[in-house]
Amino acid sequence: MATEGKVVEHPKKAFGWAARDPSGVLSPFNFSRRETGEKDVAFKVLYCGICHSDLHMAKNEWGTSFYPLVPGHELAGIVTEVGSKVEKFKVGDKVGVGYLIDSCRSCQDCNDNLENYCPKFVVTCGAKYRDGTVTYGGYSDSMVADEHFVIRIPDNIPLEFAGPLLCAGVTVYSPLRFFGLDKPGLHIGVVGLGGLGHMAVKFAKAFGANVTVISTSPNKEKEAIEHLGADSFLISSDPKQIQGAIGTLDGIIDTVSAVHPLLPMIGLLKSHGKLIMLGVIVQPLQLPEYTLIQGRKILAGSQVGGLKETQEMINFAAEHNVKPDIEVVPIDYVNTAMQRLVKGDVKYRFVIDIGNTLKPSS
Amino acid sequence: MFARSILFSIKDGSCRRNKFMVIHRCRQPSSPVISLMETALSTLHFIHTKNNSSRDRWRNHPKPNSHSKLLVWAARDTSGTLSPFHFSRRENGDDDVSVKILYCGVCHSDLHTLKNDWGFTTYPVVPGHEIVGVVTKVGINVKKFRVGDNVGVGVIVESCQTCENCNQDLEQYCPKLVFTYNSPYKGTRTHGGYSDFVVVHQRYVVQFPDNLPLDAGAPLLCAGITVYSPMKYYGMTEPGKHLGVAGLGGLGHVAIKFGKAFGLKVTVISTSPNKETEAIDKLGADSFLVSKDPEKMKAAMGTMDYIIDTISAAHSLMPLLGLLKLNGKLVTVGLPSKPLELSVFPLVAGRKLIGGSNFGGLKETQEMLDFCGKHNITADIELIRMDEINTAMERLHKADVKYRFVIDVANSLSSL
Repeated sequence: MATEGKVVEHPKKAFGWAARDPSGVLSPFNFSRRETGEKDVAFKVLYCGICHSDLHMAKNEWGTSFYPLVPGHELAGIVTEVGSKVEKFKVGDKVGVGYLIDSCRSCQDCNDNLENYCPKFVVTCGAKYRDGTVTYGGYSDSMVADEHFVIRIPDNIPLEFAGPLLCAGVTVYSPLRFFGLDKPGLHIGVVGLGGLGHMAVKFAKAFGANVTVISTSPNKEKEAIEHLGADSFLISSDPKQIQGAIGTLDGIIDTVSAVHPLLPMIGLLKSHGKLIMLGVIVQPLQLPEYTLIQGRKILAGSQVGGLKETQEMINFAAEHNVKPDIEVVPIDYVNTAMQRLVKGDVKYRFVIDIGNTLKPSS
Repeated sequence: MFARSILFSIKDGSCRRNKFMVIHRCRQPSSPVISLMETALSTLHFIHTKNNSSRDRWRNHPKPNSHSKLLVWAARDTSGTLSPFHFSRRENGDDDVSVKILYCGVCHSDLHTLKNDWGFTTYPVVPGHEIVGVVTKVGINVKKFRVGDNVGVGVIVESCQTCENCNQDLEQYCPKLVFTYNSPYKGTRTHGGYSDFVVVHQRYVVQFPDNLPLDAGAPLLCAGITVYSPMKYYGMTEPGKHLGVAGLGGLGHVAIKFGKAFGLKVTVISTSPNKETEAIDKLGADSFLVSKDPEKMKAAMGTMDYIIDTISAAHSLMPLLGLLKLNGKLVTVGLPSKPLELSVFPLVAGRKLIGGSNFGGLKETQEMLDFCGKHNITADIELIRMDEINTAMERLHKADVKYRFVIDVANSLSSL
């Protein structure tokens, strides 16, 4: 377990649900948030998405967790207070916070709007601020954040849909843009059809791509094509289907966080194609290098997105009507939701109805 | 008019840059026919005229190239041992260039192929795809080359010429490409440069810069383009940036030279501390990192913009990925025969990429050679005789060469 953060009594009482140990089971938890500083935006949390990373953190699967841990980094709510130097927001605005709550604000990455790669970036939940105090995430009734890390939610995106965009959305949007996989007419593969995968299909379609979903589950095909708008579907465990699709994809967004072989994915790429890994796979994989060499192919990774591109992403989503598919649940369903998430039993993101169901008496 | 004969120059076995004796017999000036004389079983004779008369004067000699007993050195089995072998090359067609081979570099791929390390060798196999020679004949459609030109032939001798890759001058990614050796080709197989003669379609021949030595330039046809191409494609050429070169062999030492020519800071990453002085004093690297020294590796983490990984032995990519900055690029060209261990976490957390690259297309091979001519870049070589090739292969296997063997074909390969 990681070194625990400093627990101090801040002026503002807050209430949420926290994990107490690596069982990951969540239960009611009282804590406090800092006073709204001159550059801070305070908001009432109305919805919070459940990301698979919340599960990893709650169960200490990355080995960096300390408890009590309040997960949640797909927050959406309404501004209740702004600091004296806040320029971008006012009380009543619809806002959200994603995976990042702070960064060093002075390194090259921060200056390039790549706070997500700052060596000192601070995760919204289960981490420590610069002063060593604990960051408590969005499974709670309120949030205070520097305005730099607050995202404006466009009017035409209902709040319950906004949260998942702030993590899952930008996590797929950023690499599609950065690696040039956003050009109309490209053939994009999406591996894994969960929270990230279904967002990748929607964004890729919005960019004008021909999209193939690659999955181990044949029963997802109808949904992928008829509901999500994918153009085709490949069963990754079917050698004939894989063989038939060899060398057809310009890019692949691989959202699977379990160990899986890279060779078939690389084989599906055209020459000069790009395989972008998004899943945090802890165990080492085997890379047959010659497959990259023969076709001048690229294997790369990407992690959430910077704040500027997160805002750009949600504005794009609003313009092109890209919304996650969600299942709204009450806070006291959260442990069941986590269990279903382990089994991939959700289409495709749980969102906690914080505003209506998180009460101190819960 | 009777025959004219021009003595061009004398073959001098002691000089590394061979000149050849040429006899030109012209039967009648108005409809000139050149008869190409060749000694029965020794050096090929040719003519190079300084006359500016049109190529119409030149016409195919009936079957000039049916060397029914063309001598090469081939391996016959997975021992990889090379020995003399006879076969014939095709006639020089309308689009073909015939090249008298002067030098041929010994690439590690030759060794892998000889021993069937990659599992697709067909024996007998004649390796060699770092060929430098002189043009002895051109087909009637050939405009770019003339008899007497110094030219190079690299890794491929044919491609489909119609696919998207071929149309973008990326013949090396054509699904139907034909390698200079060990490839099926029109009912037979291609045989490479461990021979004294080759016939190649003009598209797959490149001009060799006048100012570069032919022997030291031969390795550029594979080693050179193999590092130049990805450096250009992946944008690893921004002056002032920091390049790591992993592995100091044939590919690695050329990568240092290109890196310096692009204005990069270059660090060699190697398991062998004893290579440091050479790397810095002779090859021009700026610094040297011993990859087996954990403290030095830790201190260098996140300092490199690019890495060219030329190591062909199995190795973990993890330490190399750790050396890269955010958005850093690791390009792999070493062709290890086994998969390498990799964790995706540094790729995800640092948006780093691993890219592959396979030698180069013909247009960029020419561009690379021109760049080398401009910057005076050649390989560091050890010149050997053809009959020393097996010993050279043993030494290559142990990486005991600085840094490329080149076979002095013209002076040591005799046709029987």
